[in-house]
Amino acid sequence: MWQWLKTLYHRLGSPKWFYDLTSRWIPWLIGFSVLGGVVGLVWGLAFAPADYQQGNSFRIIYIHVPAALISQSAYIMMAIAGAVFMIWRMKMAAWVARVIAPIGASFCLIALLTGAIWGQPTWGTWWVWDARLTSMLLLLFLFFGVMALQQAMETDEAGHKASAILALVGLVNIPIIKYSVEWWNTLHQPATLKLTEKPSMHPDMLYPLLIMIVTTYVFFALLVILRTRNEILWHERKRTWVKQLLEKRWNSAA
Amino acid sequence: MSLVTATLRRDLLLAARNPGEWLNPLMFFLMVAALFPLAVDPDPKFLSKIAGGVIWVAALLATLLSLDALYKTDVDDGTLEQWLASGESLYALALVKALVHWCISGLPLTLMAPLLGLMLHLPDSAYWALIVSLAVGTPVLSLLGAVGAALTAGVRSGGLLLTLLILPLYVPVLIFAASAVYHASIGMDYNGQIGFLGALLALAVCLTPFASAAALKLNLSR
Repeated sequence: MWQWLKTLYHRLGSPKWFYDLTSRWIPWLIGFSVLGGVVGLVWGLAFAPADYQQGNSFRIIYIHVPAALISQSAYIMMAIAGAVFMIWRMKMAAWVARVIAPIGASFCLIALLTGAIWGQPTWGTWWVWDARLTSMLLLLFLFFGVMALQQAMETDEAGHKASAILALVGLVNIPIIKYSVEWWNTLHQPATLKLTEKPSMHPDMLYPLLIMIVTTYVFFALLVILRTRNEILWHERKRTWVKQLLEKRWNSAA
Repeated sequence: MSLVTATLRRDLLLAARNPGEWLNPLMFFLMVAALFPLAVDPDPKFLSKIAGGVIWVAALLATLLSLDALYKTDVDDGTLEQWLASGESLYALALVKALVHWCISGLPLTLMAPLLGLMLHLPDSAYWALIVSLAVGTPVLSLLGAVGAALTAGVRSGGLLLTLLILPLYVPVLIFAASAVYHASIGMDYNGQIGFLGALLALAVCLTPFASAAALKLNLSR
């Protein structure tokens, strides 16, 4: 097992290997995203029972919760990829970290916007200075900081390193920010899904949510893979395998 | 004399010979705080309620303002290369630079804060909380800010960028410090908040110099 992981890790460092491997994955990922999205959304939006207090407005959780979860996972993944790059100088990791930042920021923005849309009818206001909302806003700022730093650096290499350091500093800070803000003010309902406890949701509401969460993770993986492939093609554009690949595409198109 | 004490001495001497370096942020601190009564409400009752928060926000902005220059000259004139060539640890340099920054920004801010408290009608019971929270909190600002300064030292017009990177990281300090002052002003115990600030300071002393050191090496490899 360990040996297998090690080989996998070393192979992941090769852009060509990653590109070839993911070429086979992409149709499956697209298929799963579409299928899961259709099933989860139709079930959640049309067939799940309405909430006894919130009526139909609760249905936005089928987008809100997955987006919020993904944006936090994305930050952690970005920081870990940055650390892998800093420690083992693996170029692939730097590219992955770079492409995650805008994707994670987008999911963060989706979570904030859907939250505001839900808050209007439920709390009677678009925005409150509540702990969860504020920490998501700060997470968005952290993503923006990493993206801004990446762009400000003159060379790609310096940008990768600088944003990796910043992402790691941010990673240490995230729990501190989260708890300090929670301690400061809280109105958001406590987490419904906890790994350690039985969910307090009815299964008819829960299953579509779980489907949406899994689907959104797969969709996130798809986005990261697609953007990483672009990054690979751009950085390896002078290599023979990319030239051959493009020639083949060109010939089959013509 | 070791390199660490020499750097400490040189930087403090530079600050002493060039008073603008530490006086300007101090004046900025005063002016920002003076804007709040003008813009919001000069009523003493209202001011006494927001005084602690206003002073802390002003202190935070003043700290950010003075961070930009922290490593800039060292990167430009080659001091940083000499440091690395000397074999001395960059961790020590990062710690010393943050200490110097605190001496020329956090310390004067802490000493000046009671004056602002007076102008903003801070309740009498909150003065000690204000001073202690600034004394424990501003070193955290300097240490965290030094990471941002090291990251942006080689970037043209890095000042605004530095602010964007560092402000979200300052939030926990701001929350605990402002809460300490507020609790003190309504006559409640504020030891817990100061304790949290102390924990943040301990964490920052241990960890941020590593990040600063890594960021400084980045400037050398270019």
